[in-house]
Order: sequence, then C-alpha cells, then structure tokens
Amino acid sequence: MATIELKQVAKRFGQNWAVKPMDLTVQDGEFLCLLGPSGCGKTTTLRMISGLEAVTEGSIWLNGRNVTWEHPSKRDIAFVFQFYALYPHLSVWENIAFPLQAEGEKKENIHKRVAEVVEILRIGHLLRQRPGRLSGGDQQRVALARALVRRPAAFLMDEPLGALDAELRESMRAEIKQLHIHQHATTVYVTHDQVEAMAMSDRIVVMSAAEVQQIGTPAQVYYDPTNLFVARFIGSPGMNLVDGRLEGDRIRLPGTENVIPIPPAYRPGLQALGSAEVIVGFRPEAAMLSSDGGLVQGEVYAVDMHGAYKLLHVSLGNGAGNTIVHIRADRLAPYAIGSPVRFHLNMDMVRLFDPKTEKAIPRLSEGATVMSVSDLAREVGR
Amino acid sequence: MTASFYEKGPARPITESTRVDKVSPRARWLGKVRALLVLVFAFIGLIPIFVMGITAFKTRAEVVSVPPKVIFSPTLEGFVFLLTERAVASPARIEQLRAEAQVGELNLFERLALASGQEITGPSDYVRRLINSLIIAGISTVFSVVLGLFAAYAFSRFEVKGKDDLLFFILSTRMLPAVVVTIPLFLMYRQLALHDTHLGMILLYTVFNLSLSVWLLKGFIDEIPREYEDAALVDGYTRMQAFFKVVLPQAMTGIAATTVFCLIFAWNEYAFALMLTSDKARTAPPSIATMLGRGGIEWSAIAAGSLGFLIPVVIVAFALRNYLLRGVTFGAIRQ
Repeated sequence: MATIELKQVAKRFGQNWAVKPMDLTVQDGEFLCLLGPSGCGKTTTLRMISGLEAVTEGSIWLNGRNVTWEHPSKRDIAFVFQFYALYPHLSVWENIAFPLQAEGEKKENIHKRVAEVVEILRIGHLLRQRPGRLSGGDQQRVALARALVRRPAAFLMDEPLGALDAELRESMRAEIKQLHIHQHATTVYVTHDQVEAMAMSDRIVVMSAAEVQQIGTPAQVYYDPTNLFVARFIGSPGMNLVDGRLEGDRIRLPGTENVIPIPPAYRPGLQALGSAEVIVGFRPEAAMLSSDGGLVQGEVYAVDMHGAYKLLHVSLGNGAGNTIVHIRADRLAPYAIGSPVRFHLNMDMVRLFDPKTEKAIPRLSEGATVMSVSDLAREVGR
Repeated sequence: MTASFYEKGPARPITESTRVDKVSPRARWLGKVRALLVLVFAFIGLIPIFVMGITAFKTRAEVVSVPPKVIFSPTLEGFVFLLTERAVASPARIEQLRAEAQVGELNLFERLALASGQEITGPSDYVRRLINSLIIAGISTVFSVVLGLFAAYAFSRFEVKGKDDLLFFILSTRMLPAVVVTIPLFLMYRQLALHDTHLGMILLYTVFNLSLSVWLLKGFIDEIPREYEDAALVDGYTRMQAFFKVVLPQAMTGIAATTVFCLIFAWNEYAFALMLTSDKARTAPPSIATMLGRGGIEWSAIAAGSLGFLIPVVIVAFALRNYLLRGVTFGAIRQ
C-alpha cells in the first residue's frame, strides 16, 4: 500500500490554469475524495497522479519515490474510469486478465488471481460475455475487478458511479466502501456529488476554479467551511448565509428586530477584521424553531416535505431585498405559508465569514479544533 | 383521466405488452417497399456486368448479333483470344493441324483457335499484366493503409503542430485531376528511371491513396474513445502496445473499409498507368483498353479480360464483408 504526495503540483493549458499549484498528502489506506463542480480540475488532478496527464509544475511522490515523470504503466496505480473503459473486443475474463498479461504473469497465476477477484465481486457468471452486453452495474464491477486484480499500490477512481442510476449508485457506493474496508487500499476518488463524498471518504478535498478550497474530514468541511464556496457547495441545501452588521457585541441580521450575540469564540477574530460587515452562516439544523420567542423572526415563504423532516424557507425582513434561509422543522408540525415564525440559533454552530475575502473568520475553539490560540494570534497579528 | 390513472392505477389489469418500440404495420410495409427499390436498383446496376459475363462466352458472330442473344451455346473462344497470341495459318498448316487434332495432340485452346483458322504462337501478355496489377495494387494498398493508419493515429491523438494545415495539404494532393499531373510525372519518372517500373507505380499509388486513407482512418480512430488507451496505459502497457492491443482491433472496420477503397482505386487506375507504363510494369486496365485497337474488335476477348479483372476485387471485398458491415463500435462506452 502507499502514500501519495503532491508537492506544488499544477497544470496549465496554454494560459489557462486547469489546476493551480496544490499540496496534498494522501495517507496510507486513506479514502480521499476530490470534490467539486465540473471543470474545477479534480479529474485533471487525478489524471496527473496516474501519469495520464503531464504536470506543468511540481512533483508527485508515491511511497516516497518521485514518479513525476514516470510512465503510467510504471506507477503501480489502478484507474477506474467513469465510463468503465472495458475493452469491447475482449471477454470479461480477458478484460480482467489484461493487466496481468502486461506484467508477464504465468498462466496459472493469472487464472488464480482472476478467480480471486471474480469471487470478491461476484461476477463469476459473466466471464465469457462481452462487456457491451452487461448492465451498467456489472460493467462497473468488471472495471473494479480489473483494477483490483493487479493489487496496485493505490486506486484512482474517476466518478465511477456517475453513469449509473440513483438506486444502483447507492448500492455500488456501499460495495466500493466495503471493498475499501477489506482491501484497505489507498484510494483517491473523484466526484461532483457532495453526498457521495460525505458518505464515503475519510477526507475530502473541495476544489473550485482550479484551486483547492479546503481539505478536511467530512465533518470539518460541513461544519467548518473555510470559505463561502465550501459553505454553499457542501450540504443540500448549503449553509444559510446571511448579511450581518456588527453592533457592539451583537450582530444585526436582516429584518427589523433580528439581532444575535457575537459568539465568544469569534471576538478576537472580529477585532482583527476592521470592518462592521460580516456574513453569518448556519446550517438548517442549527436553527431551532420556538413558539415562545426566539432571537430571529421571519415569515414562512415555502415548505418542502423531505419525509423525515420539513424544510422551511423563511424570509427574513421584508421588501425586495429579503433574505431566504432554510430551517429544519418537525415533519408533523403544520406551517402555513406567510405565517410568522421565530427561531433560536445554536451559537456553537454559527460561523462568520468576511464578505470581502469570502474566507471564514478565525475562531477560538476548545479542545479539538479549528485553530489553536497561537495560530489565531498569528492570524490576528498579520 | 390521467389523474385517476395515477391515483387508482389502470382500470383493468394490463395483460398484453405495452411496449411502444414494436414495428408498426406501416413501417413494416415501408420496409418492404424500400427493399424492393434496392432490389430494382441492384438489378439495373448489375445489367452491364451480366452482359459482360455472357459476352465473354459468346462467339464473334453472336456478340454482334441484333437483337442480342441471351440464350446461346457458350464457347471459350473469347478466353482463347484473350490469353494467347495467334497467327493466321496457311491452308496446308491447317490441314496438318486438323490431322493432329484427330489424333488428340491438340489441347482445347489450340482446337478452338483452329476452328477460326488460327494457330497459337504463344501466350498473350494478359496474365502478366494481371499479375502486374496484383503486385502494384496489392503492395501500394498495404503501404497506404499501414502508413495512413500511423499518420491518422498521430493526427487523432497527439498535438501535431499545424495539424489542420497538414491535413488540408494531404487532402489537396487529391484535388488535381490525374491528367494535369501525368505530364510532369512522366518527365520526372523518366529522369529518375522510375518509368515503367513496379516501384514507380507502387510509389505513385501509395502517395495518391495516402490522402484518402489518412482522412478515412482518422475519422474511424476519432470514434474510438481515448479512455481505452488510457486504461491500457495504466494497466501496464506502453503506448505502442496499447495501439496494437486496443486500438487496432477496434479500428478493424475502418481498416477494412479503407483497404477496399484503396485497392479499388489502385486496381482500376487507368490514366497514370497508361502514361507511365509501357510494357514491364503495365497494368491490366490500359492493356484491356488497347485490345480495342488490334485488327478488329474482339468483344468477347475484352469481356473475358474484364471478367478476369473483376475477380480479385470481388474476392477481397467478399473476404472483408463482415468487417465492412459490422457497426463502427460495438463497445462498452456510453456517451
């Protein structure tokens, strides 16, 4: 198994950056997702790791070995493609055996190893067929088998579930995760589906516009996005982002009476800001509706039934420039459109952003953390 | 109505298939009409070949008879005239030959020649010309397809500087009519001692066909998704191996089609062959045409020659028919 290290790796096509210089270390046995909208450079990054795309700058290290200019076939990496890329002129068995033949493996060994992965992926009944005849799920299993059979140092997967329908995608997602748990193989997985990334990965690299936005565990990118892009992109719906104005030790939100206290953890960070404008962010589940008054009030604008819960679209303030926030509500409680609601905010889950830089404002936190006090001091000092 | 369908489901159980992709009677009927049209078209197209076929087996008199005879007793006279050189025999010689025929010392061809008062003096050039055609067309086709395949692959997959200009330039070599370039070529070839050589003709046809094969094959290779090669590369193969193991098998349809096109051109080519060959490397098309000029028109011999000329191309097209008919990709990539 292996670690993968990217040092200042970048890719440029002419004048356009496909990937701006990025650093990344994938730990041994880690399942890492590259997540971002289409065209953000995540697939290019993956292809650079595999060697299918040459880097413009930087170096790539595999297990401490510099492989930047090594041929893809020499990197000991398996790649699973979005459209499977099974060789149409070969049978399923021949497809799986194909990489072993490249290694010049002995015949009986090839048979043995193919039989092993066929067992793991339960595709024994398909071996003689041509891939074109198989269903999408089976094709993806064969593609996984072809990757597994080599026992590579690392797996690279480029939206392997993107071409499947929703139901199949969910079951294949579980299968891939199972596979990862059993094989414990370092895996880099590209997806544009944040639900998939949240569900599967140990860590997520959020990318946008050729740049890494944040690297962190699913919980970190969900609760502590480093900037507005990540806050919007992760979660469905994304984080509620509301314009706020500092007034003493309080923040005024849109609407007549909507004022919340400044969370204490943000006090030092806000002093360094030097401006009264902030963006207040909170997840739908950070808001608690309450009948006996709450800090924030608004008006129900729309109600989405999600089955397990209702999602209220609440408009704060009124007039043309009103702000809509999403709030989670009990699935049984009735909410009439246009009726007034009030809610509290769980202040531990409120995040503040600088509207100018679009970055998260640093905050203190106790124990396991977002930023240590010394880091914060340095940040503030700058 | 729709609303109630969603709420209550179908009014009565659905027992027969509700598939909408079955062929409607109208479409089936149209299909038959289409087949009939194709049949009529094929029939009209085949008439000249049919006439050629029967003419090859007619006697001199039958060939020119009006109205043309469809039912006649076939003879190999045409083939005798095609394949042999003959001389008019003197009456004394004819007597002698008849006697030999009686004893059975003459073969079929000699007897047939004798019937029209002629004596066979040796084989004609026809077979040699046909062999020339086979060598020149065959080798030039192999060259143009192989070279074209590599060029097309490079154009399709790599960043080649000035790609569009190069491709246009390659195509432009085909824009001039043959007649325009024959004279300069003739002078060049004479200087280079390529006139009337197999090498010269092979070079010429290869160059001429290369434009066609590069363009055709590029189209076919463009259709093969790059992901297959990417997969082969990460599976541990070099680019060359990936080309042979993954691209080539999938390009077979295109290669077959290109081969047939190149072969047909090189096989049928007349203008260059007429100007640039005289004897040693002369191909079949000009030699059949020059038969017109030698003391009376031997229609049956010309028809027989054309028939023999058709056969190799038909064999190749027949051998490759599976590749020609198979779809371009039968692959596992959805796009």
